[in-house]
Amino acid sequence: MRRENFLSGVVDDLYRAESRRVFATLVRLLGDFDLAEEAMHDAFAAALEQWSRDGVPANPRAWLISTGRFKAIDRIRRRARFDATLVELAELLDARASETAESQDDAHLEDDRLRLIFTCCHPALAPDAQVALTLREVCGLTTEDIARAFLATAPTIAQRIVRAKAKIRDARIPYQVPSRDELPERLDAVLAVVYLVFNEGYSTSSGETLTREAIRLGRLLTELLPEPEALGLLALMLLQESRRAARTSAGGEPVSLDEQDRSLWNREWIAEGLALVERALQSPRLGAYSVQAAIAAVHAEALTAAATDWAQIVGLYDVLLRIRPTPVIELNRAAAIAMRDGPATGLALIDAILARGELADYAPAHAARAELQRRIREL
Amino acid sequence: MKYLCLIYHAQSMLDAISPAEFSTMQEGLRAFLEELQEKGQLVDVNRLKPVRTATTVRVREGKLSTTDGPFAETKEQLLGYLLIEASDLNEAIRIIARFPPIRFGSVEIRPIEDSLYV
Repeated sequence: MRRENFLSGVVDDLYRAESRRVFATLVRLLGDFDLAEEAMHDAFAAALEQWSRDGVPANPRAWLISTGRFKAIDRIRRRARFDATLVELAELLDARASETAESQDDAHLEDDRLRLIFTCCHPALAPDAQVALTLREVCGLTTEDIARAFLATAPTIAQRIVRAKAKIRDARIPYQVPSRDELPERLDAVLAVVYLVFNEGYSTSSGETLTREAIRLGRLLTELLPEPEALGLLALMLLQESRRAARTSAGGEPVSLDEQDRSLWNREWIAEGLALVERALQSPRLGAYSVQAAIAAVHAEALTAAATDWAQIVGLYDVLLRIRPTPVIELNRAAAIAMRDGPATGLALIDAILARGELADYAPAHAARAELQRRIREL
Repeated sequence: MKYLCLIYHAQSMLDAISPAEFSTMQEGLRAFLEELQEKGQLVDVNRLKPVRTATTVRVREGKLSTTDGPFAETKEQLLGYLLIEASDLNEAIRIIARFPPIRFGSVEIRPIEDSLYV
């Protein structure tokens, strides 16, 4: 009995740590998400049974992968008795099973996780489908978890995932890491999904699940593919999330950056974020996430709001505006200039932006304007 | 002169057809195509996979954009077609991204069904 308890603990731990890796490899070997999911569960069920008899194998992950694969072939064979269209598939999987022992080495397995991420974040899938699929397949969240986090119903999310998997199958979206020349565009899509998940979690009080998953995804990406913008995005998320405890008052009201109790900021995450920003900024081509992270880093380094290096922040907004010329970034730059050069200068810039009309309905622009007018009256 | 004939259907119409009517239609289709083939008037015919498998590709200022669905703008009109062979959707997108007119319009990529008949 004790031995069984011990074993079920081992398998539980392994499930938490390895199930998505095993799944990612099974998708490659079996060529189908649903079949891989079933096979992964079959493999863990078989582990509970067989390991109590024979002991835990030397390489549990490899055991789970090959067991899952043979269970899937069994399933297909059984189904082929009733559905002749599956006979060919069973034979194909069988033939492949004997030839690809070398495809289970470590480098291949790491690539499988990237393959899974790039497939779930494929731009030929609708953005909300990319998000749901990534949280389900890469992070292993349940449909119910995802629905709760996005204030949607579980059937809505489930349908989104089913449709996305159908498109992957029917339009033949391949299970691969993009080539070097396609990487920038495809990585942008992955980072956009990660940041969307993060922002959804950031804006809701119950959103810690999502910010946690986004940061976990960010870490996984930087580990597998340490591109500058991936580092920049992870840094940005860590630096923003480091302020979570200070961002809302005891009564649940939002607290602005200059009024936050900075002793509540998570110093560990700030340290990790700052180190990542430094690495990201070494790239010759600066990306928008890295520059936004650098701005967040300047705030994080200021022990008080008054000690903020506004000159540096304005300089970073100048860079950001060149990369991404949008009126909202222009507005943020104007607010930073107001801090550096005084409210009247900032107000003139904001009025000029508002006069162009694009931000006429953007509430934060009017709030920033009112705030500067208040400060001018107080001078 | 060659003519491209585009076939449109509403899913709701298809769903409303009875199985008997449907198989009559399929038989008629087979006979119709055979006849055209014999007369040398059938150049090519294909059935597309459902519209939910569509992907739209554009290139603007050198940047490739790929989106889910058939999203030609209302002002865009059908100009022509390419029937290509590619191992998967990524390869199809790679090919279409190099198609010079893509810089001025959009291309909807639709996989073709293995079989003409359901």
